[in-house]
Amino acid sequence: MKVRARDPKQAWQEDFESSPARDDGLETSTISGIPLRPLYTSSDLPKREEELPGQFPYTRGIHPSGYRGRLWTMRQFSGFATAEETNRRYKYLLANGQTGLSVAFDMPTLMGQDSDAPTSRGEIGHCGVAIDSLADMETLFDGIPLADITTSMTINSPAAILLCMYIAVAEKQGVPAAKLGGTLQNDILKEFIAQKEFIFPPAPSMRLVVDSIEYCAKEVPKWNTISISGYHIREAGSTAAQELAFTLADGMAYVDACIERGMRIDDFASRLSFFFDAHIDFFEEIAKFRAARRIWARWMRERYGAQDERSWKLRFHTQTAGVSLTAQQPELNIARTAIEALAAVLGGTQSLHTNAMDEVLALPTDKAARLALRTQQLLAYETGVANTIDPLGGSYFVEALTDEIERQAEAYFKRIEEIGGVIPAIEAGFFQKEIADAAFRYQQELELKRRVVVGVNEFTVDEDEPIEILRIDPRLESEQVARVREVRSKRDPARWSTAIARLRKAAAGTDNLMPYILEAVRAYATEGEIMNTMVEVFGLYTEKAVI
Amino acid sequence: MRPVRIVLAKVGLDGHDRGVKVVARALRDAGYEVIYTGLRQTPEMVVDAALQEDAQVIGLSIHSGAHMTLFPAVVQELKRRKATDIVVFGGGIIPDDDIAALKQKGVAEIFTPGTPLQGIVDWLRKRFPEGAR
Repeated sequence: MKVRARDPKQAWQEDFESSPARDDGLETSTISGIPLRPLYTSSDLPKREEELPGQFPYTRGIHPSGYRGRLWTMRQFSGFATAEETNRRYKYLLANGQTGLSVAFDMPTLMGQDSDAPTSRGEIGHCGVAIDSLADMETLFDGIPLADITTSMTINSPAAILLCMYIAVAEKQGVPAAKLGGTLQNDILKEFIAQKEFIFPPAPSMRLVVDSIEYCAKEVPKWNTISISGYHIREAGSTAAQELAFTLADGMAYVDACIERGMRIDDFASRLSFFFDAHIDFFEEIAKFRAARRIWARWMRERYGAQDERSWKLRFHTQTAGVSLTAQQPELNIARTAIEALAAVLGGTQSLHTNAMDEVLALPTDKAARLALRTQQLLAYETGVANTIDPLGGSYFVEALTDEIERQAEAYFKRIEEIGGVIPAIEAGFFQKEIADAAFRYQQELELKRRVVVGVNEFTVDEDEPIEILRIDPRLESEQVARVREVRSKRDPARWSTAIARLRKAAAGTDNLMPYILEAVRAYATEGEIMNTMVEVFGLYTEKAVI
Repeated sequence: MRPVRIVLAKVGLDGHDRGVKVVARALRDAGYEVIYTGLRQTPEMVVDAALQEDAQVIGLSIHSGAHMTLFPAVVQELKRRKATDIVVFGGGIIPDDDIAALKQKGVAEIFTPGTPLQGIVDWLRKRFPEGAR
C-alpha cells in the first residue's frame, strides 16, 4: 500500500487537532492575555540578521560575556525599624554573601515627612527604615565603607535629599562623591502612574529629577541617577507589555527633559538604569526583558542620535513579583520566587532581589531573608544556568514572544504620543485606567477559575500553619520621635536657617537645587524641613482617583 | 429600596491602590453605591466623607503596616461623632494575629490577600440583607 507523504507541519496540525484537549476551562494565553499557539516552529522566526550579545540591539544581552564575565549582583531590598537595627541586618546580609545593599525606607521617609509629623503615627519603621536626618543616615551606614560597596536607594519624591545624605555620610568617611557607586530610584513618573508616592506637581518633580541627573553627571559620575521602574506599574496590575511600554515611555520622557535642559544625550544616557518585575509567567517575562533591551537601543540610537554605545544599553534590576505571593500556604512562595528569579536570570538581569516567602504578611524575618538570598545563590552556583549566554535565544517561541511584546509596546508609544506625551497622559488618567482595567480583568479570571493560584482558588487547605513573622516594636516610634527632636535641638541654628533660606530662594529660581539641598543636609536640616521648604514654593499634587 | 452606600478609603501613607480599586468595581457591579475617597485619608477625613455621603459602611484599605493604629482610630472617630451605626471593615496586608485585636476594637471584618471578591459581597449581603439593588 502506498502512503502519501504528508507535509510534516501540516501532519502535526492534523494530529494535534484530532488529539483530545484538556477540559479544565483554563486560559491558554499568557497571564497578560497574549494568545499563545500550542507550538512554535521555524516559520515563526522572522528573517533578521543574527543577534549577538554585546552587540546592537542587545536583545541577547549587553555584555559580550554574559554571566561568564560577572554574575548578576545579588541585591536584597531591606530596611525596617530604626537605622541601628537595619545596620545590623545589612551587616548580616553582607556576611552571608550579599554583594550590594538596597535600602527600603519607611512610609514617612518615602513621603518626605519627619517621624514626629502627625500623619507619621503608626507608620514609623513599618515598611522600611525611618530616616529623618543625616544623623540617622550616619547610623545606617556605620561601619560599612561606602567606597567598597554599591547601594541602591528606593526613594522618589525626596530622592535628591536622600542622595545628598548619602554623599554627606561618604564625606564623613573620607570618600569623595566621585567614588560612590549605586542607584537612586528617583523615578517620579511611575509614582504618578502607579505607586502614588507623589508630593509635588509633575513640573517641579521633573525639575528635581533633572537637577539630580545633571549634578551627578559632573559630581557623582559612577552613580545610576535614576532607576526607571516598571516594577510598581506591574504590581499595580498592568500587563507585561504595559509594564514595558509605560516604563520605556517614562525613560524617553526623562531623556527629553534632560535634552531640554541643554544636556547632551551621551553625557547622561549611560547612567540611566531600569527596574522590572519578574512575574510568574515564565516565558513572557524572559521575552519582556529581551524586548526591553532591543527597543531601548533602537530608540536611543535612531531617535535620539546617541553615539556612545553605552547610551544604547539598557541595564536593569529585577525583583520577583510581590503580587504573585500568597498568604495561603506561604512556603509555596519559595517555589514561586525561584521560578521568577530564573526568568530574570535567563532574561539577563544585572541585579536581582528575590522576595522572601513571608513578605505577603510582613517584612521578612532574618531566616526568610536568608532563604531568599540562598535561592539566588542556588541559581548562580548549582543549576548551571549562568554558563551560557541568553540560552533561550533562537527558541522559536521566545523569539516570537519577544517580537510580539515589542509590537505591543510600540503601539502604546503611539497612543501615548497621541495624547501628547507622558505627563498629559498621567493627567488624563490614561495609564491609571489601563492598569486598573488589567487588574480587574485578571481578578475576574481568578474568580471564574479561568486562572489558578495554587493555595488560593485551587488546592487549598482548611487552615494554614502559622509561620513566624517579623514584628516591629511599637516603642521604636517614640524613640525615633525623640531622636529627631534631639537632632533639631543640637544642631547649629544659624547654619541651619541660612541653608533653609537659601534653598527656598533657589527653589523659586532656576538654579540646580542639589548644592542647596546638600548644604541643608550637612546642617542637619531634617527631611521634613527640606521637603516643606520646597512644598512652600512648588505646591502639592493631588490626583483625581480613577476607578 | 435605596442601595447600601459604601465609602472606600485608603488610610495611611502608602499609595497601593490596586486592591481598593478592584474591590470598588466589584461592589459597584454587585449593586452597591461606592464612593472612593482616594489616597492618604486621615481617620477624620474618612468619617467626614461617610457622614457627608450618608454611608452605612466604611471600607478601609492599607498596605503599610499601620492598620493597628489607623483602623481603630476610624472607629474612635465614629464614636466621637456619634455615628457608631456605620459599619467598618478593612483589608490589606494584615497578619492573622492582628485580626482578632482589630475586631475587638470595633472593626467588623478584615479581608486579607487572596479573598475572593464574592466573599466580600457575600459578607455585605449577610450584613445588609435588603441592601443592594
